[in-house]
Order: sequence, then C-alpha cells, then structure tokens
Amino acid sequence: MPDEHVHASPLLAARGLAFSRNETPVFGPLDFSLDANEALLVQGGNGAGKTTLLRVLAGLLRADAGAIPIDGCPARADLRARFVAYLGHLPGLKGDLTALQNLEFLCGLHGRRSKQTPQAAMDIVGLGGYEDAPLRTLSAGQKKRLGLARLWLSPAPLWLLDEPYANLDLDGLDLVNRMVQAHLRSGGAALITTHGAYAAPPVQTKMLHLGGEA
Amino acid sequence: MMRQAAAALIARDLRLLWARRGDALQPALFALLTVVLFALGLGGDAKSLAPVASAVLWLAVLLAGLLALDSLFRGDAEDGSLEQWMLAPVPLWWLVLVRTLMHWATTALPVIVAVPLLGELLHLPRAQLPVLMASLLLGTPILSLFGAVVAALTVGMRRAGILVALLALPLYVPVLVFGAGAVAASAQGLDADGALLLLGAGLVISLVLAPPTTAAALRIAHN
Repeated sequence: MPDEHVHASPLLAARGLAFSRNETPVFGPLDFSLDANEALLVQGGNGAGKTTLLRVLAGLLRADAGAIPIDGCPARADLRARFVAYLGHLPGLKGDLTALQNLEFLCGLHGRRSKQTPQAAMDIVGLGGYEDAPLRTLSAGQKKRLGLARLWLSPAPLWLLDEPYANLDLDGLDLVNRMVQAHLRSGGAALITTHGAYAAPPVQTKMLHLGGEA
Repeated sequence: MMRQAAAALIARDLRLLWARRGDALQPALFALLTVVLFALGLGGDAKSLAPVASAVLWLAVLLAGLLALDSLFRGDAEDGSLEQWMLAPVPLWWLVLVRTLMHWATTALPVIVAVPLLGELLHLPRAQLPVLMASLLLGTPILSLFGAVVAALTVGMRRAGILVALLALPLYVPVLVFGAGAVAASAQGLDADGALLLLGAGLVISLVLAPPTTAAALRIAHN
C-alpha cells in the first residue's frame, strides 16, 4: 500500500489557467481543484488541449495566465517534482535496454516508494517474466504497462495521466482503474485525460470538459 | 538524491553503450580514417608529416566529437526521456552535466586513448606526446560542454546535422587554437604551460556555466 499523504489544502488547483500557442488560445481560462482521494477526468475530443493542459500542469509548458498552486503553495519546480508523476504519450523508455533496466533507471531518477521494488511492480502490471526482454521486443500495450509500473513506484501523490487507457486491452483498462483506485485510497489524487468516459475508475470523480464552448 | 540520479544515469548510459557497442567505436574509427587518409595524402614520409602531426590529431579528435554531438540529447528527446528528466526532483543542469561528461567519456575518451597510436602513423615526435595528451584531456571536455549547449538548442529540430556544426565551430575555434597552440609552442622549445593553464581555466568556466545554459536551452527547445 502506498504511503499516507495527508493534506489540508487541495493537492492541485488551477486559478484562471489559460494557455495559447502562437496567439491562438488552446484552453482556458480554467478553474478547478483536486483534493486528495479524488480523481479528475478531463474529457474532450482530439485537439481539445487535454495533453497541453497536462503538460502545463506538469510544468513542461508555461501557462500564459493563471496560477497552479500545489498543496496550497505556489508551484515551484522542486515542489512540483516531488508532488507530480506524469505519464505522457512518450513513456521515456529505451528500446535497447531490458524492461527491468528501464524501470530501474526511472526509479533512480524519480526516487521510489519505500517497500516497493521494480520487480514487484512488474508483477503487478502483468509483466512478470518479461524483466529481461529487450524493450523493443515488447508491444505498445506492454510498454504502456511498464509506464504504469513506473508510476506505481513513484512516491509522488499526484498522478497526471495522459490517455492511460490507450493501447491497453480490457484487462489493462481494469488494471489502470484498480491502480488509480488504490492510489486514491491511500491519499493520492489523479488527473486523467480521456476522449471517452468508457473507462472511468470507480472512485469519486470530477469531470472537466475541454473543447467546444463547454 | 542527486547522487542516486547520477548513478542511475551513468548505469543507463553504460548499458546503452554496451547494447550499441558498434556505434560506440564510430568516433574513434572516424578519427582513425581521417588520420590515415591524411598520412596517405601527404605521402607518408616523416619529414612532411611530423610538423603537422599534432594539429591533424587535434582536428581529428575535434571532428570526431562534432560527429557524435548530435546524439547527445536527440535520442532522449525523441523517446520522452527528456520530459522525465525535466520532471525529476533533481535539477536538470545536474543531469545535463552527468550526461555530457558520460558522452565525453564514451565518445572523446576512446579517441584520446587511441591518440598515441595515431601519432605513430603521423610520425608525431615523441617529445610532443605528453603536451598533446594534456591539451586534449583539458580541451575536449570544453568541446563537449560547449557542444552540449548547441545540441540542446537544436534538439527540437528534426535534422540539425550541419546546423550543429555551424553553431559549434565558432565556439570550438579558441579551444583548437590554444590546444594545438600548446603543442606547437612546446615543439619550438617554448613553454606550453600558458596555453595549458588557459585551457584549464576554460574548462573550469565551462563546467560551471555550460550545464545551466544547456538546461535552459533544453527547456526552450523542447516544447
């Protein structure tokens, strides 16, 4: 079970958050907050700005306006790095390394939760037996599962998941939901983008619609 | 935390190097080719080769490094590793520094190790070898650190081959001048210490200034 995270103020909040690319507004202004034990489902069609929103929240892009307090404090890079785990479209895995070596590197980079080992995380995501397989021999879905294993090991309480359901089979969808559920139960929070509500985790969920005039 | 991240990055780079050990020899092979072709072109006799040997070796090492420069961050940018670096709880400049030094150790160092052999091909006077090695060991890390800034600036472009060379060469010129100059001075019986000390000072400055600059360039180029 993950460590306990106890927080008084919302884990993540957005106040008047807006972002535009080359003078064209991508989204915003947005206002929302995300408490511990909560999931926020960000919905919207292709090109609605879901990924951009997540990259802004992760600190990879700079917002044009608005603030993103994390745990009640103005988000500085070091604070954000300790609070946020980001799983994007590109998993940051090396094809020439084995699955386990990839996981060990990412754990070394981000730190890992006590009492969790890369080996155990691989079993949890259903990749037991693939430890020594070169990553390039794994399928897209298996790589996604490895990304989920990395997330599971991360000590960060706030998960930013960009289309975590993409490429996964039915069992994989269920795996994501179970992981999110366990993470939330232990005091974490998750922000999940998806283009359909077909696979919402069975937890207390807020919705945010992007795109159109919604 | 910083030491742990550095250890993880070093282990990863060594494993990647082993997985692609054929590619790892490329810079050294390139330097070897340059030197052999030069020796053949000048006829291979000691009288014409010896005076230019040190300059040719410096050029071969510099060009081999330039060849490997584009691979410094490109792979990590393309597969999303760079995003994870930026989100890691350690400063980006620290990861950049470790990565750059690893890149130097895996691309420039093998060439430097081969320099005594290559020197024989070019009839390099034995007395010049220590000064040449010292100038290379002080100068090539500066090339890597300067090169990292350029590689970071161009990481967002799909193909940046010639642009990297164009941007990096002006930065490389002073290093080449002092590096090859140190050997030339010692060949004329002058004191090479001045040039070597300048290279050392340059190395210290670039060690301090290049990683934060590279980190900033990566953040700008990669979004």
